[in-house]
Amino acid sequence: MKYYLLSVMQPQGEPPAPEVLEEIMHNLDVFHAELREAGAWVFAGGLHGPETATVLRAKEGDVLVTDGPYTESKEYLGGICLIKASDLDAALEWGRKATVATTLPIEVRPFMGEA
Amino acid sequence: MTAGIEDVFRAEYGRAVAVLIRFLGDIDLAEEAVQDAFTTAVQKWPETGIPPSPAGWIITTARNRAIDRLRRESTRDARHAEAAQLYAPDEPPEEGPVRDDRLRLIFTCCHPALATQAQVALTLRLLGGLTTPQIARAFLVPEPTMAQRLVRAKVKIRDARIPYRIPRDADLPDRVEGVLAVVYLIFNEGYGGREDLCTEALRLGRLLAELMPDEPEALGLLALMLLIEARRPARATPDGDLVLLADQDRSRWDRALIVEGQSLVRRCLRLNRPGPYQIQAAINAVHSDAPTAAATDWGQILQLYDQLMALAPSPVVALNRAVAVAEVEGPEPALALVDTLDLDGYHAFHAVRADLLRRLGRRTEAVEAYGTAIALTESAAERAYLERTRVALVRD
Repeated sequence: MKYYLLSVMQPQGEPPAPEVLEEIMHNLDVFHAELREAGAWVFAGGLHGPETATVLRAKEGDVLVTDGPYTESKEYLGGICLIKASDLDAALEWGRKATVATTLPIEVRPFMGEA
Repeated sequence: MTAGIEDVFRAEYGRAVAVLIRFLGDIDLAEEAVQDAFTTAVQKWPETGIPPSPAGWIITTARNRAIDRLRRESTRDARHAEAAQLYAPDEPPEEGPVRDDRLRLIFTCCHPALATQAQVALTLRLLGGLTTPQIARAFLVPEPTMAQRLVRAKVKIRDARIPYRIPRDADLPDRVEGVLAVVYLIFNEGYGGREDLCTEALRLGRLLAELMPDEPEALGLLALMLLIEARRPARATPDGDLVLLADQDRSRWDRALIVEGQSLVRRCLRLNRPGPYQIQAAINAVHSDAPTAAATDWGQILQLYDQLMALAPSPVVALNRAVAVAEVEGPEPALALVDTLDLDGYHAFHAVRADLLRRLGRRTEAVEAYGTAIALTESAAERAYLERTRVALVRD
């Protein structure tokens, strides 16, 4: 088994209408339940927006604290889901379900080493 | 390499690499082992003669080399030794519709998680045995660029763990499409003049048809490529000028390839699960049936294009269908169809328009359309043909 990170790529801008959001949250719950049942679940969670980010930089023995995010962009990391899968095909299968549930693009990346 | 060994290399390289990847679980190691084995063959075979089963000899030699090497390096790189154990030959056979190692390898090379260009390059490299410089030349990119692309693809296969596996039955139709598209892309790349790439695509097409005999589109693709390839000897003058289908000397078509292609088309008909490659093959079969261009059964070709439009509609298919319409109903209704298509950046669109305008006697517009087609085409032979036609039109 191997760990894969599913990153939810969220666009900047207004969040969807409450009833749309409610359906997405429900679909996500179903997706997470399915992950647990399959033994593929490791961790998942949503992130507050980039306006809540703080960046730390080590500099000459000191640490500089600045208001984030680290980079400004049209999309940001909206949430992550860490899964265990036997290979990329299995991980992509979970990624497929994640993009359908969230209606957002999902980036799938392998962790180094084995799970 | 002597000619005999060269032939063995072309025919068996892919099989040997495919078997060794399953055994070793590492693409680079497998390639090195197979190349080592061929180097040994080049030294030994001129004296001993080519063994009765050259592929078996190469695979066994490569496997022994790889094992020796893994033992020597096991302390330095324990991971490979583990991998070798992981993929030991006594592993239970995997479930899947077909179990040939080359088929697994081609599905790995054409995995949708790899960029199309990487899929093509890897397929040519690992299954066709083409060298990186050869592939770079074929795709007109600098050699370091192609080398980098291949390395990136192999690294992704290893690190993201793209499986070395034939997809499950349920996923097969989706994935077969990608595999066939890569082979057809290689063929089309060769059609512009790289004969070796057409040969390679045909080799891969035969392989797929042999490995997936129940997949009608695999048979259809092979038939399509055979029937197009059959016309190669007639497609250019000795000076390299393009000769259009209608003007070709049909006695120069390769009859053996036509017979093979047509028998595959008949086999597809019996399977009765039509797809885009099969229909395009059928269209080419109708062309190759006609003893002269005038005897072409355009009515049947138009029906096949109608079927193709129903199954896989696209502006390019619509354009080709319009060419058949021109033969059946005349240039005017064909031009009306062409003018509805949104293909302004496509040279063939302007070439077809130019031809229809010429046939309708609308000379000024035709000359202009030829000019646009000439500016857009990337093929030197085609540009020369279009220029000749335009000059003749102005002179008349």
